[in-house]
Amino acid sequence: MKKIYVNEKWCLGCRLCEYNCAFANSGETDMVKALKGKPVKPRIHVEEDGKITYAVSCRHCEDPLCVKSCISGALSKTDGAVKIDKNKCVGCFTCVLVCPYGAISVQEETAATKCELCLSNSCGSPACVKGCPNKAIVYEER
Amino acid sequence: MKNYVIIGGGVASVACIEGIRSVDKEGKIYLICGEKRPTYCRPLISYYLEGRTDFEKMQYRPADFYEKNGCELVFATAEKIDEKNKTVTADGKNYKYDKLLVATGSSSFVPPFPGLSDVKNKFTFMTESDAESLNGVINENSRVLIIGAGLIGLKCAEGLAGRVKSITVCDLATRVLSSILDEDCAPYMQAVLEKNGISFMLGDSAAEFNGNTAHMKSGGELEFDVLVLALGVRANVSLVKDIGGTVNRGIVVNEFMETSIKDVYSAGDCAEGYDASIKGNRILALFPSAYAEGFTAGANMAGESRKLLNEFPLNSIGFFGLHVMTAGAYVGEMTEIKTESGIKRLFIDNDKLVGFIIIGDVKGVGIYTNMIREGTPVSSVNEEILINSPSLAIFSPEIRAKILGSVV
Amino acid sequence: MSINYIYPEFEVVRRDDRCIRCRVCERQCANEVHRYDADEGVMISDEIKCVNCQRCVSLCPTRALKIVKSDCVLRENANWSNQTIKEIYKQADSGGVLLSSMGNPNPLPVYWDKILINASQVTNPPIDPLREPMETKVFLGKKSSPIERDASGNLKNNLTPQIELDMPVMFSAMSYGSISYNAHKSLALAAKELGILYNTGEGGLHEDFYVYGENTIVQVASGRFGVHENFLQAGKAIEIKMGQGAKPGIGGHLPGTKIVGDVAKTRMIPEGSDAISPAPHHDIYSIEDLRQLVYSLKEATAYKKPVIVKVAAVHNIAAIASGIARSGADVIAIDGFRGGTGAAPTRVRDNVGIPIELAIASVDKRLRDEGIRNNVSLVVGGSIRSAADVVKAIALGADACYIATAALLALGCHLCRTCQTGKCNWGIATQRPELVKRLNPEIGKERLVNLMTAWKHEIKELMGGMGINSIEALRGNRLMLRGIGLNEKELEILGISHAGE
Repeated sequence: MKKIYVNEKWCLGCRLCEYNCAFANSGETDMVKALKGKPVKPRIHVEEDGKITYAVSCRHCEDPLCVKSCISGALSKTDGAVKIDKNKCVGCFTCVLVCPYGAISVQEETAATKCELCLSNSCGSPACVKGCPNKAIVYEER
Repeated sequence: MKNYVIIGGGVASVACIEGIRSVDKEGKIYLICGEKRPTYCRPLISYYLEGRTDFEKMQYRPADFYEKNGCELVFATAEKIDEKNKTVTADGKNYKYDKLLVATGSSSFVPPFPGLSDVKNKFTFMTESDAESLNGVINENSRVLIIGAGLIGLKCAEGLAGRVKSITVCDLATRVLSSILDEDCAPYMQAVLEKNGISFMLGDSAAEFNGNTAHMKSGGELEFDVLVLALGVRANVSLVKDIGGTVNRGIVVNEFMETSIKDVYSAGDCAEGYDASIKGNRILALFPSAYAEGFTAGANMAGESRKLLNEFPLNSIGFFGLHVMTAGAYVGEMTEIKTESGIKRLFIDNDKLVGFIIIGDVKGVGIYTNMIREGTPVSSVNEEILINSPSLAIFSPEIRAKILGSVV
Repeated sequence: MSINYIYPEFEVVRRDDRCIRCRVCERQCANEVHRYDADEGVMISDEIKCVNCQRCVSLCPTRALKIVKSDCVLRENANWSNQTIKEIYKQADSGGVLLSSMGNPNPLPVYWDKILINASQVTNPPIDPLREPMETKVFLGKKSSPIERDASGNLKNNLTPQIELDMPVMFSAMSYGSISYNAHKSLALAAKELGILYNTGEGGLHEDFYVYGENTIVQVASGRFGVHENFLQAGKAIEIKMGQGAKPGIGGHLPGTKIVGDVAKTRMIPEGSDAISPAPHHDIYSIEDLRQLVYSLKEATAYKKPVIVKVAAVHNIAAIASGIARSGADVIAIDGFRGGTGAAPTRVRDNVGIPIELAIASVDKRLRDEGIRNNVSLVVGGSIRSAADVVKAIALGADACYIATAALLALGCHLCRTCQTGKCNWGIATQRPELVKRLNPEIGKERLVNLMTAWKHEIKELMGGMGINSIEALRGNRLMLRGIGLNEKELEILGISHAGE
């Protein structure tokens, strides 16, 4: 199963991954239209500590605590990816409470925001990986 | 081939099915479900009132879940267990088991208030049918009295907000959410609820009812049209108690989720399992714990011997957009950070994070939860980052690389 | 000084209808040109700090940015150009020598662009490189004559050590210090994959890169920085640097601010001390002295390493080359006046030396005339920009080419020519860790390999067109070249006929 991995050695902290992610999941075909003057809701986020930066997104765990803790049955693991049914999610954010990576975020009140590997948008493969200028984020088998 | 019987149709039961199937793909599973509907997400009934979800969306698993998992749904009430012959009787029929899970959950506790029987529109708030009935009587002129300012009572209040004329919540406790919030944090939440039109009568409760009037302990009176009783729950333990199983407040289980009766397991709100935060047994009436217990029970029923020793209280709840997350025990040294948007209290005991209360900014809270779960020494991480903005930045690059699965 | 006489050279043009305030430009500009004003919700630019490196332009996800030359100009004057006047202001401000980097940007003649390549038609048919074998391999070093055979008639290997290259291009000297660890690593990895060599420059060899020794030329220059026995043993060949095309006749100066950590360790000098390479080698004042150093280095490495002597192309380059060819050197490297540098005095860079094209032709002719062409191989550099330049250089008489600017461009360099500031936004000419990490050697290597692979294909196409299937057969084959728009003297020096002749 291919997953997204980060290598902080090469992360520049440019945060393009966040914008590429938000764009890929916006349903728009133009980034300006998708993001200009609008709240940016990425499913990946860059964390920093002084000079170190790295991106964090869902690890699609073997044994995902979020799925097991989800009170609405909105989270499920199918074909190796942890997916969220935003229609079922009510925004209790128990998943945020239990995710050991801090990878799930609260960006809208009605549903949690998390990476789905761009499997269900038009991007085809993870937009954060495609757009990373320094191969700090890769999509591969390990 | 093993025969599994599961009594109860809640989350612990679904988890048990998934636990069994993670080990045993063959055995026959009977799910005896007294509520006569497939498992749904009980905590969502307040969102149903709000109109944010419906019964169809509230189904916990897809419709074909039971069939796919070789599980026969029996809509019947389990009457008794025969531990000698290893059968369960439900609606007069016997179901043979090799391994049995009792996941009967809990029921709303309703004290014998004088005059209560004459109150016409009174409801508990626990099941879909409770929510459905309540939904059927309220209108924009309803004055609602909710007894109980705990999680159930307040979620009900939120669900009704804006749909009724008034909502009053009373509780003998002097603060809201007294089971998860301390005296300093509770007023934060109360203020938000009040801002959204909910009135409180704290340190006070109904003494008796006279038609649509509640006579309060303090001596006051309150007129209402709809009464919601949210005074707490009691574990449904009788099936096990009746056959001599060890029962306390809940059905006592060991770390394998076994009751004192051979081949009988218990999980969920009816079970009294190990709580790591108090290093002892207690009922963890929480969704994530119910799942973990059910899954562990299932795996063990199918032949594994997994221990569940890492459960502790965890709550994530929100009211009108303000989020509260709590975990563990509130003991040891407290570190507090107050901001305009909320409050954060971390409890550190013996170099371990043991609990927290966080209201408002919940970004990265899972990092805290994981530290409690793993028992990570606080001295091994960057404490400043830990306290101010929980993220994986608390770890050294080497540890972080390992956590994130990097091969550097 | 209260008045700033110099108006910013560039303007940052931001299309507000496209800018999404992602602030990538702000995060990526080490010169701190961009800034977000939270009160107004707008991005602000301070163009006086802009060096036009285009990092922001390249990373802007909505292509909202461009950098344009300012149209704020001084009154036109054919004698006193804007540039000249600004330089005077600068010096009147600072009292200092003007510094520049990379190659000479002035519009001096580029002879490559006035030389045309031949192609076969009827009588000597072209070769299709996709169908026929095409050899681009070259061997650098002294070619012995006569050929000797043993008693059973087999060839005797009486050759001195040779450098084998899969294609006639190498990465020329850039020191660790002037460029970053990651830039060096990219070059090393690419050289290994391509079967060619890269060059340490005068900065020593970082301990991590000894594993690429078979693809490394280790350089000994006037400062002797980082030179020790293991260093000499590590490389495939040793280069004595006498001069550099961008700054003939002067030494080098890497400021103490760049001599940090591993750079200091690799150069074997204290952290923070200026690394000053003298203009001359203090032990070389004659060809005889040079010969001593050549043989010292050979002696130190048991005669297993070919020795290259690198000089800048200057007025009497033919005579100098003749001397070097007699010094025992195996290879002469000549660097033309358009060659790059990490920092050089502007006046030197822009006014000293001669074009490499003329130098190749005159050196090759001189060595042939003297019958010593086979004593040495000839490697040429100083703005080799394309496969066509390579082919022309070889036809003029070179054995192989050195490239550096082209390699840096492949790594992301945008030729902003401010290497000397140490704030390279592309992670190349900098030692600041947060900038160095911007160049992932995995990407760098891939881009270098791509570039060289493309050139190799193009070289083969051009060779095939000429009906030549081995690059060795092209060397010095000036009949394959014609000049265009050149005067008699230029044609005479280049040793080529005019187009149409």
